[in-house]
Amino acid sequence: MGVDIRVENLNAWYGPVHTLHDVSLHIPANHATALIGPSGCGKSTFVRCLNRMHETSPGARADGTVLMGDIDIYKDATPVEIRRRVGMVFQRPNPFPTMSIYDNVASGLKLNGFRKKRVLDEVVERSLKQAALWDEVKDDLKKKSGASISGGQQQRLCIARALAVDPEVLLMDEPASALDPVSTAKIEDLIFKLKSQYTIVIVTHNMQQAARVAENTGFFLMGKLVEFAPTTKIFTNPSDKRTEDYITGRFG
Amino acid sequence: MIRIKFQQSLDELKERLLVMAGLVEQAIQRATEAYTSRDESLCELVKMSEPAINRMEREIDQLALDLLAMEQPMAVDLRFILSVIRINVDLERMGDQAVNIAGRVLDLGKQANVDLPVDIPRLALLSAAMVRKALQAFIEGDAEMAQSVLMLDDQVDDMNRDAFRALGDLIKDKPELAPQALNALIISRNLERVGDHATNIAEDVIFWVRGRDVRHHSLPDDGD
Repeated sequence: MGVDIRVENLNAWYGPVHTLHDVSLHIPANHATALIGPSGCGKSTFVRCLNRMHETSPGARADGTVLMGDIDIYKDATPVEIRRRVGMVFQRPNPFPTMSIYDNVASGLKLNGFRKKRVLDEVVERSLKQAALWDEVKDDLKKKSGASISGGQQQRLCIARALAVDPEVLLMDEPASALDPVSTAKIEDLIFKLKSQYTIVIVTHNMQQAARVAENTGFFLMGKLVEFAPTTKIFTNPSDKRTEDYITGRFG
Repeated sequence: MIRIKFQQSLDELKERLLVMAGLVEQAIQRATEAYTSRDESLCELVKMSEPAINRMEREIDQLALDLLAMEQPMAVDLRFILSVIRINVDLERMGDQAVNIAGRVLDLGKQANVDLPVDIPRLALLSAAMVRKALQAFIEGDAEMAQSVLMLDDQVDDMNRDAFRALGDLIKDKPELAPQALNALIISRNLERVGDHATNIAEDVIFWVRGRDVRHHSLPDDGD
């Protein structure tokens, strides 16, 4: 099941550049939360702070509190433990190109020391079914490589890979921006289905996508969280003029 | 400012709605003037304006639909288009009301001219003022002005109620005047409906500008 994420006074830097300023928000469990904002606004940095990936960039650091359930991810856990609990899907599908579909999904488990074939078989099937990909690839699990399927399928494969380690949180950074409308719709359906089991945070430039999949939406601007509210409120009657100007295209 | 084409389309939508509103206002004015002057030619003009109003209603709907589909408007733009769609319906209905009034005036023309215990010109003036003010609020995006329209509606309702009572009494006392009284009653009722539509328009302006739904004010407010 998903967990609540409570972020308090989160700041992030790339070297001397302060990219996130005092962000505080509550992301509820088992909901999809969308983060929107112009390029460079800090939304991806924010998401990368939620699985401690931000600090892996040279010179990058973060400061503040991120509670995932009861765990303070910057105090009570290692980055490796956190990434087991927090799956991430990126803009471009990034399956391991030399691995089969099966091995792509099983890779996380194998890294965590699981070797029993029966367990791996079960998890691979369950994960591919959760990612709505099983029916399309079940006959080619070990024959085809992760890179040989379509872009939309690759992205769902990456989602299956993220789900295989049974995370509590799924972070998605522009998961459909490189996909065609049909593949995008499949990913959105998937988000809708998966949010009953996971806490989903999705970064998107596509505001209609945020409106379609997320219960809550946060608007970032210049490293600050300007507004966080139910998605219907953000898109019909935002409180902050800057949010309104952005979503109506009046920026610039 | 970006999305220039979209902004131009929104301006066009507003402009077309105002052209239609002009036709409707003129129709109401002519219909009530026809009542005072018993000028049948004005009634004919009102009837002739109806197809143009109906055509404009369809065009405005289509333009609004196109913008919803093609531009995926958000926030204030979305509220504006939704308001325009609603106001469009109200204007078309007001056009129908003008035609109804014109029809009753034509009928009255066939009957003996008698004094009726109802001040139709005053009711017409008040309804027309509500329409003007609601449309001015729409032109200026002025929620406060729109709010003031809502206050006027009670006066129009009261006048219509008084007319109903007085004309009802007249029908009882002098049944031979029932045809005239009924026509006046229907005219009064139509003017009261014009006021209701002006109220709707004012409420739509408030929704557009403030994002607050003030319709059916007896219900709890869902807005912020």
